Amino acid sequence: MTDVAQLLHSRSFVELSARERAKGLLDAGSFRELLDPFERLMSPWLQAQGIVPQADDGVVIAKGTFDGQPLLVAAIEGVFQGGSMGEVGGAKIAGALELAVEDNRNGIPTAAVLLLETGGVRLQEANLGLAAIAEIQAAIVELRQFRPVIGLVAGAVGCFGGMSIAAGLCSRLIVTREARLGLNGPQVIEQEAGIEEYDSRDRPFIWGLTGGEQRYACGLADAFVADDLQQMRDALRAALAAGEPVQPRSRRHQQMLGLLGGLGENCPQLDAAQTRALYKGVLQ
Amino acid sequence: MSRGLQWIHALAQGPEVAGFPASVKVIDGELDNRPARFIAVVPDPHNPFPRARQGEVGVLEGWGLAKAVEQAIEADKGGQPRVLVAVVDVPSQAYGRREEALGIHQALAGAVDAYARARLAGHPLIGLLVGKAMSGAFLAHGYQAQRLIALDDPGVMVHAMGKTAAARITLRSVEELEALAAKVPPMAYDLANYASLGLLWERLPVAAIEQPGEADTASVREVLTRALRDIGDSRDLRSRLGASNRALSSQVRERLRAQW
Repeated sequence: MTDVAQLLHSRSFVELSARERAKGLLDAGSFRELLDPFERLMSPWLQAQGIVPQADDGVVIAKGTFDGQPLLVAAIEGVFQGGSMGEVGGAKIAGALELAVEDNRNGIPTAAVLLLETGGVRLQEANLGLAAIAEIQAAIVELRQFRPVIGLVAGAVGCFGGMSIAAGLCSRLIVTREARLGLNGPQVIEQEAGIEEYDSRDRPFIWGLTGGEQRYACGLADAFVADDLQQMRDALRAALAAGEPVQPRSRRHQQMLGLLGGLGENCPQLDAAQTRALYKGVLQ
Repeated sequence: MSRGLQWIHALAQGPEVAGFPASVKVIDGELDNRPARFIAVVPDPHNPFPRARQGEVGVLEGWGLAKAVEQAIEADKGGQPRVLVAVVDVPSQAYGRREEALGIHQALAGAVDAYARARLAGHPLIGLLVGKAMSGAFLAHGYQAQRLIALDDPGVMVHAMGKTAAARITLRSVEELEALAAKVPPMAYDLANYASLGLLWERLPVAAIEQPGEADTASVREVLTRALRDIGDSRDLRSRLGASNRALSSQVRERLRAQW
């Protein structure tokens, strides 16, 4: 296909809603949503604070197949409350992953993909969000003992807070140029550490440090994909086929402690290029 | 001396295991006549990372915790898995530019991965809250535990974010945030409200939380022992479900199962 033809056939992934993303990734006609909006399982805590809840609490759980194999998709809707994790949405993801573990125990090789557009804990449900994230993390680690759990950060919200730790637990992680991945959101760092430490309005600085391209270059993500549904499916196929890494990123404490030890007794500030140079060969 | 450091030494009573960042304390002791590894994150004023000098969990601490737990998993393979006790006194994760550049989320994932796999491998895992248990720091150190025990003290606190930052992110004033926290249990900063969510296994009072004496140490070890026996052979986090203030977490799971 020529470049122009390719461009005409391209379908943006980032612009899709969580539900459309899940549908688009699964084999045609195989999408089946669990606890769909008509179930009306929504946050009781938002209502108590005068915030309009959403009938699916911003999380889409779908079962289906990918290349004929069973796949669970958990997709977070970044448009609703910044993709934040509350009690219901968090329990939907944790509960679905727990059932996928049971599937595997019963001989059904269900794998999972998590579409992560989230600021992390929903502060209006603070401790219930945090608890749910701990359970999501527990379930990711357990499911990985059977089948891969693939994380996908497409943008535009990015993946932050406790859910960035969840991304760090995935077997493999796919990112785009629009993605950002980091523990602390820029505003929170600026609030806690001051504007000299982190300027939340300096977008090139933030993308340079935490954007998908940088994370991929540092080995903190496994695939860097253009914003295109077909390419996203291809990347997912490759990630599922590659399976569990021989030495997962989350188990490289030895290399990482060695690397950090080399930064001296007073670690200087690091820019994007320095970080890339530092990580060359360590995490890849 | 920090609470975490006080309590780990009171409870474990042995030499610190060498080979860890100065902010990660590891002591091998026993609990209920079974080998037990006690782990704490403590302040290190000379921490190479300036944003992690007050006991925050940063990059060194995340990977250090991972090493402490992985070491136990490896050493006990094929034998009796030792008990793991996370002594929790963590004011927050480290908020800083160095940390984000280096991927602090991955360091914390290292700790979570190790704790979760230890639990799945049969290491009974207990979290003992002696100070703050905040946000990402708590996820990395304690929140994978099968039983959470909190010392009953106003300085023991579980939350997702400090008040000032939480107010800014949710576009509220600190006063508005406090007013809502008084009405909405999961938003509250006090232990009684946290306990109402069903996530704590037990709360116990102590006489001197800053400087534990013999009686306090004995009563905490007694509760740890009961927690260990209560864990038995289980390897999951199921005991956290069931509180009325967390009813939907159970309902969602039941209805998912019905539609699965």
